Amino acid sequence: MFSKLSSKVNFIAVTLLFLILVVLRETGIFNNYVMGILMLACISIIMTASLNVATGYLGQLVIGHAGFMAIGAYTAALITKAFANADILNGSGIENFFRFIIAIIAGGILAAIFGVLVGAPTLRLKGDYLAIATLGFGEIIRVIIQNLKICGGKGLAQGSAGQALIGINRLADFYVVYWITVLSLAFLFCFARSRYGRVLKAIREDEIAATAVGIKTTRYKILAFSMSAFFAGLAGGIFAHYLGTLAPGTFDFNKSIEYVIMGVFGGMSSFSGSVIAGTVLTVLPEALRSFADYRMLAYSVALILVMIYRPQGLFGSYEFSLTEQLDKYFDFTNKVQARKEKKAAEKKAGKAAAGEGGEK
Amino acid sequence: MSLFVQQIFNGLKVGSVYALVALGYTMVYGIIRLINFAHGDFIMVGAYTLCYTIPLMVNAGMPAWMAVVLGIVVCVIVGVVVELLAYRPVRKKGTNMTALITAISMSLFLQNTAQSLFGSAPKPITTIFDLEPINIAGVSIAGETLVTILIGFAVMITLTVVVNKTKIGRSMRAVSQDRQAAILTGVNVNRTITLTFAIGAALAALAALMYCANYPAASPTMGGMLGLKAFVAAVLGGIGIIPGAMLGGILVGLVESLSKAYSAVLTGGIITSAFSDAVVFMILIFVLLIRPAGILGKNEREKV
Repeated sequence: MFSKLSSKVNFIAVTLLFLILVVLRETGIFNNYVMGILMLACISIIMTASLNVATGYLGQLVIGHAGFMAIGAYTAALITKAFANADILNGSGIENFFRFIIAIIAGGILAAIFGVLVGAPTLRLKGDYLAIATLGFGEIIRVIIQNLKICGGKGLAQGSAGQALIGINRLADFYVVYWITVLSLAFLFCFARSRYGRVLKAIREDEIAATAVGIKTTRYKILAFSMSAFFAGLAGGIFAHYLGTLAPGTFDFNKSIEYVIMGVFGGMSSFSGSVIAGTVLTVLPEALRSFADYRMLAYSVALILVMIYRPQGLFGSYEFSLTEQLDKYFDFTNKVQARKEKKAAEKKAGKAAAGEGGEK
Repeated sequence: MSLFVQQIFNGLKVGSVYALVALGYTMVYGIIRLINFAHGDFIMVGAYTLCYTIPLMVNAGMPAWMAVVLGIVVCVIVGVVVELLAYRPVRKKGTNMTALITAISMSLFLQNTAQSLFGSAPKPITTIFDLEPINIAGVSIAGETLVTILIGFAVMITLTVVVNKTKIGRSMRAVSQDRQAAILTGVNVNRTITLTFAIGAALAALAALMYCANYPAASPTMGGMLGLKAFVAAVLGGIGIIPGAMLGGILVGLVESLSKAYSAVLTGGIITSAFSDAVVFMILIFVLLIRPAGILGKNEREKV
């Protein structure tokens, strides 16, 4: 898993960041409010990164992503509720952890299944038409959820349509969510860099040429689309277990647009961009609470300016690499390499010495 | 039966409003392949203008609907400014997707500007037309309904004539077919596009008048759902095609009002009237799957 040097470096960096956050939280410098915002930032990051696969790599503008998020959120919420009712894994600590994980993965899987169902017919459409079709599906999903009995009120058998779903156990713990985010990002990054990711790029650049070299474009499009939906569902599940209530109107067109904006801001095919944009655009509005009225105004102006002066987004397709930076300033890779060689040489010398000793 | 006729007229009325909005979408899309997401918000601008200008008109002793002239002026200014400041620079550099996102941000911008200027509560609008209801087949139809339908058709015919018979219409068609070739033949592409935006915005003001005649209130987000559905209508009919927008608008209006009235009865209460929004979108997806370019659209095969 950590065969490459850069993986080791990144793992250490991510762990360090985690430890810093742990210290900040446990010493009370970051109170629950701040941790909550960081949790929302994690959710935004997963959403934006998942959108990246469909929009950045596959090149299909998806403006109904909140629909998949809604499927994941409601599925996960109802599953933890059902577990609680049946008194399965309904304890504390580790049991809650497993209940949470099972619920959000189930939410993700259902979202992915819907991704296939939605994608199979609509991905034949092109450009704007596909965008509108995904928008349509997002709205359909929202309206259906709004009118389902089990998705309102207390949920399941005691539900009532059209109301907010209340009383979801707030199982999302920041430490867990942090690592889920890291794993999701790592997975999506590797996926995008794999053979599959290259196929998606080929389809984005020229679909006809991709078909001509024997790529089954529809199959790959559906794969990417459902993968994107899976992570949106996952993020939705976390969202549900963070808020504790789900209002039916939450997952509307504007929610979808919010994530598109984050993705575009960061750069559509850059995961570093997703992380930065997801964090900044979630934290900034909270920091600017007092300007809440003008927040969206500033957003839209900023976005238009980005589109005019930097249409590829802040990062474009550039990925930040810690190892590269270390190399730049400390000549890191070569030093490690040199040390390794030195060690190996020492070992060899030691062995040789021991061998010589044996001979004597 | 009378309920059915009533619903049909209801659908035609809503449909005509959708059609007017859809015509605006279609004009702009036809020429630069951009879904102008801010178009719904041009209607909102028009509605707020009406909100303030109707009392002026009434005080001056003129009919209330004359306020639409000022509404058109304001909308055209907003539309042209949006095109010059945002769309044109993006069009120069960006791709289709960046243009679409600019349009979405422009829509957000207009909505939030309105919200900070006028607050989020809806503002009532005084009566625009004072018409007697008319009896048709034993059903009384509001005068506004008939006016809306008539104006819808009148605008459609005018636009068709303008696009097909006039010089400016010819340059519009030229730009939409091949921008480079249009430049070569001496068409001022940028001016044509700006003019198209002006026409679209003027249509939005007209749509605002008809919308407010039927639903007398203006709110910052009124353009959102209205714009979406009208856009659906434009796509249904075949976007970029003027009669298509009219057809799509009427179709969406009819589907909406009929599904509100009858879906619960027909499906035994499983699909209630609350689903009517979803029904509209389902029909959109269904049509797109069978005819990807809309009902009247021509399927263009991509050439390698």
